[in-house]
Amino acid sequence: MIIASNVSKQFGKLKALDNVSVACKKGECIALIGPNGSGKTTLIKSILGMVVPDSGFITFNEKNILHDWKYREQIGYMPQIGRYPDNMTIGHVLDMMKDIRSNSLQTDEDLIKAFKLNELMHKRMRTLSGGTTQKVSAALAFLFDPAVLILDEPTAGLDPVASEIFKEKIITEKQKGKLVLITSHVLSDLDDLITQVIYMQDGKLCFHKTIEALRKDTGEEKLSKAIANVMTKN
Amino acid sequence: MKKIIKYVMTDILRNRIVLVYTVFLLITSFSVFSLEDNNSKGLLSLLNVILIVVPLVSIIFSTIYVYNSAEFIELLVSQPLKRKSIWLSLFTGLASSLSFAFFIGAGIPVLLYQPNSVGCMMIGIGILLSVIFVAIAMLAAVQTRDKAKGIGIAILLWLYFSLLFDGLVLFLLFQFADYPLEKPMIAISALNPIDLGRILILLQLDVSAMMGYTGAIFKDFFGTYIGGIFSFTVLLIWIGIPVFFSTRKFNRKDL
Amino acid sequence: MRYVLMIFLFALCYSNCFAKTIRVGKNQSYKSITSAIAVSTVGDTVLVDAGLYFEKNLVINKRIVLKGIDHPVLDGEKKYEIISIKADAVVVDGFKIIHSGVSSIVDIAGIKIYNRRDVVIQNNILDDTFFGIYLQNVKNCFIKNNQISAHNSEEQQSGNGIHCWKSDSLQIIANTISGHRDGIYFEFVTHSVIWRNVSFKNIRYGLHFMFSSDDAYISNSFENNGSGVSVMYSHGVKMFNNYFKENWGDAAYGILLKEISDSYIEGNFFEKNTSGIYMEGASRIHMQKNTFKNNGWGMKIQASCMDIVVEKNNFIGNTFDVGTNGSLVLNTFNNNYWDKYDGYDLNKDKIGDIPYRPVSMFSMIVEKNPPAMMLFRSFMTSLLDKTEKVLPSLTPENLKDNFPMMKRLF
Repeated sequence: MIIASNVSKQFGKLKALDNVSVACKKGECIALIGPNGSGKTTLIKSILGMVVPDSGFITFNEKNILHDWKYREQIGYMPQIGRYPDNMTIGHVLDMMKDIRSNSLQTDEDLIKAFKLNELMHKRMRTLSGGTTQKVSAALAFLFDPAVLILDEPTAGLDPVASEIFKEKIITEKQKGKLVLITSHVLSDLDDLITQVIYMQDGKLCFHKTIEALRKDTGEEKLSKAIANVMTKN
Repeated sequence: MKKIIKYVMTDILRNRIVLVYTVFLLITSFSVFSLEDNNSKGLLSLLNVILIVVPLVSIIFSTIYVYNSAEFIELLVSQPLKRKSIWLSLFTGLASSLSFAFFIGAGIPVLLYQPNSVGCMMIGIGILLSVIFVAIAMLAAVQTRDKAKGIGIAILLWLYFSLLFDGLVLFLLFQFADYPLEKPMIAISALNPIDLGRILILLQLDVSAMMGYTGAIFKDFFGTYIGGIFSFTVLLIWIGIPVFFSTRKFNRKDL
Repeated sequence: MRYVLMIFLFALCYSNCFAKTIRVGKNQSYKSITSAIAVSTVGDTVLVDAGLYFEKNLVINKRIVLKGIDHPVLDGEKKYEIISIKADAVVVDGFKIIHSGVSSIVDIAGIKIYNRRDVVIQNNILDDTFFGIYLQNVKNCFIKNNQISAHNSEEQQSGNGIHCWKSDSLQIIANTISGHRDGIYFEFVTHSVIWRNVSFKNIRYGLHFMFSSDDAYISNSFENNGSGVSVMYSHGVKMFNNYFKENWGDAAYGILLKEISDSYIEGNFFEKNTSGIYMEGASRIHMQKNTFKNNGWGMKIQASCMDIVVEKNNFIGNTFDVGTNGSLVLNTFNNNYWDKYDGYDLNKDKIGDIPYRPVSMFSMIVEKNPPAMMLFRSFMTSLLDKTEKVLPSLTPENLKDNFPMMKRLF
């Protein structure tokens, strides 16, 4: 579904992406893992078209995404830090998003209900806690029932209850055959979710394996242990 | 695009700084008109406010707003929207809400006390200056990722347009005092929207003093139909060029 | 006493018995004024009915009274000087005089007086004449209540409304003049008075005054003339209670004073002029109780002026109160009211405790470098003005009012 071929990106002297090639298919749930500054976010942003690669290209459903914007209709993105205009209410933000994507008729309001955002609709964004803002971001990502979900540090600010609801939502979506891309530092959260792991370091793609393969290679059951194993090896 | 504008505007119009700005303009305008014994003198005091405060607030508020909206802009970019329309909506939202704030704050008192050509000219120039400095602010903000640096650039630009440019002009005038500079001055005034706006207002206001030799040349030029079209075109160019370049930059920018 | 009465009665009798009235008109025995004048004798009255008369050049060469009823029209057909007065004590009263000839060689006028005295010209309407009323080397003449207008737009094609040359003891009263080159023109005229005239929209000056000493002009109104009023190379001029308004333009002044001495400017009102007063080479002038309101410059005093006393004037709403071009100041400013004064009065004597400096930094800059006007009222120049107030460097040290009034004087 998403194929990146030899994507490189340099910010000043820093090589954020160095010749990265990756292919993601439907029904996969991929964890994008790596230390800080390894290029995870840059990769995500490249896929979303926020960052334009210096070389290489990315295709979405066999179409180059460069100078295209329509393909994003099929992506739900949850940013690492969600910040919204201070004086909008949650209701406004949701309405605006619905307005922007006015062509998708069906909306998936499961998370809004699950997070009980309905009761907070009139609250201004600046008055919300980090966690609530994160809930709004999550709800927005799932709102239009997109084929691809890109979640950047999704569980960072969420309380355990919300986190659990969220994970379940991801699993149901995965089962519907959607492609889910997650980056996270909290590896323990990912255990039950993911089918594949992409490990990045210094802008390079170190490996892209299924979780089973990774477990086999490292002999560790837990993802966090497995990754730790990889990291010490490197 | 309209949808984003609508939401950006509702957001900005509820912003506390914009409210304070509006109220400040309202209080200043009303107090200026009620304290001065004649209305045209009030208009003159208001002129200074418009030429200093409006660009300052417009440029700094817009810069900060753009930086504070960085994540929101990212979110919008991740949506199926053209970058160009995101940026232009942001510009339109900022420009129209600041113009609106100016119109409420200064425009209404002016219309109440001075409903004549000077008053209208003043409101027009005030609105144009608001829009111009929003455009300049967005150009400054798109150039650098660093918020502090961006705000610094914005303040410097404001300082340049409201003070340094005039100092430079004065310096040049004395350096080239032996040459006839009246006509080049018209061209030079086009290089600074604040100066251009001020001259346009003064030509309506301080007619006596402006009728000196230089003033007469200004009047002959700006007072005519063609001069009027020229000056408003120049002011529109001052909006168009920064918007064009900032949009181009934003289109290629990595977020 | 009895003799006086006798003489009076005799005189009355004389005038009744010997002076006759000759009537001119369509239904009268004389159809043309020329023929009536030809038969008239000294002291006669020629009374003209209303109507249109083509008299070519009407020459009055004997002491008569020429009087029109309901403004009979004398048309000069754009060729002739309409009335030429070549006798003493002639009276011309109540005519409408139109379309005089135009010439660049001779000064053709509507009414011209040649080297005579005691002539009275009153209640006439002059329209579209080259020169209006022309007084050449005359004495003790009386020009009253005439309405003089012209419609040319170029200086060359237009003469002056009331033109006085080398004359003495004139009285120019309550005339209205517009559209001429100069409204009233004085050259080598002495001991004369210009009183209650209205001069507006003339191409050059409302009043042009040269080499004329010991004259007074009082309660006149000069409005919207091309260059305002110019008073030059004269001494002993009294200018009282005149009204100078809206004289706008590149070189327009309420009054331009050049090489004037020993004169008085009092009680005048200057409003909306580019410069209220412009003084060059003037000396010993006393200016008081004038009001300068909403002018570009209240007054401009060039450094060539000395012993000018400016006191008890009001300066209100002028863009610049005083402008000058040098640092040497030999003039005195006292007890004026300046609306820009922001000092204080602790001892409550209604006089400000700190001096007022009417010359702003920016006005000095503009004086030296006129294109700097572009920066007028900019933030930059107001900053300069503020610093200059604290630390004077460019503005003349001595040009200040040591006793500025706190309240408007009148």
